Amino acid sequence: MPLDVLIVDDSAAIRKILHRVLVQAELPLGKVLEANDGQEALNTLGANPIGLILSDINMPNMDGIEMLSKIKGNDAWKDIPIIMITTEGSQEKVMQALQLGASGYVRKPFTPDQIKEKLVGLV
Amino acid sequence: MQQIQSEDIVKIVHSATESVFTTMLHLPLDRQPARNEKGDPAPVEGVIALVGIAGNWTGTGQIYCSAEFARKLAGALLMSEYAAIDGDVLDGVAEVANMIIGNVKTSLEATLGPLGLSVPTVIYGRNYQTRTGSIHKWDVVPFRCGEESMEIRFCLTQTPARTRPARPQPALAQI
Repeated sequence: MPLDVLIVDDSAAIRKILHRVLVQAELPLGKVLEANDGQEALNTLGANPIGLILSDINMPNMDGIEMLSKIKGNDAWKDIPIIMITTEGSQEKVMQALQLGASGYVRKPFTPDQIKEKLVGLV
Repeated sequence: MQQIQSEDIVKIVHSATESVFTTMLHLPLDRQPARNEKGDPAPVEGVIALVGIAGNWTGTGQIYCSAEFARKLAGALLMSEYAAIDGDVLDGVAEVANMIIGNVKTSLEATLGPLGLSVPTVIYGRNYQTRTGSIHKWDVVPFRCGEESMEIRFCLTQTPARTRPARPQPALAQI
């Protein structure tokens, strides 16, 4: 069954790029939804059966780390794979995301192949 | 005391800019001689994206280019063609600035300690001037891309101890 994907990033440009990469990846994906920050992402999760999340770390209102923590603390959502995509250079934040249960991370700038590689094992 | 020299900043800006252009824009980029400038930049016409830096060091990174080159940058990033400057073009230039200055910040942290970034601000217009607080010394790193040119401008000064945050403020770390 195709997975619906949620892209979470406060940059409209990055959401567009990731959307295009997903469409071109030829993976068994369903709908691609978008959220501007962690809070919007949680609202979207409450109303849609999301199977995979690509998320920025640093965002206004609710950042990716807090969003990740809330998702992994929710029995209904804790098994959703989450890939963090960020300019964040701090190894501390990346390690924090991985310890909280992120499935992996990709640093910006990225190539479409780097995103696809991360997705292949999860879809 | 932690210090950073102009030539180190120029090297870091070259590396970060070329990484973004190679990986995400696929546009040719030629380095031009870097220079120092003192005082406020002259009035300009075109697009400027500014990203603030905070922490033990405070400053600003800027990308400045013509409106034509801004359309080319956004077109390469978003794989579209833009006949005029619109929201998508400004978003695209903001994201290019975010990635370049964000990667410069990451490299600087190895020497200067933790730093935070502001969200990018993009300005498009004619005959306007920018001024950055009390900072008046800029490292200017120009590039050519075909017939167009672009400048990355960077200023950084040590934050006075009495105003220095213990850690970068979370609100300034919107990457």
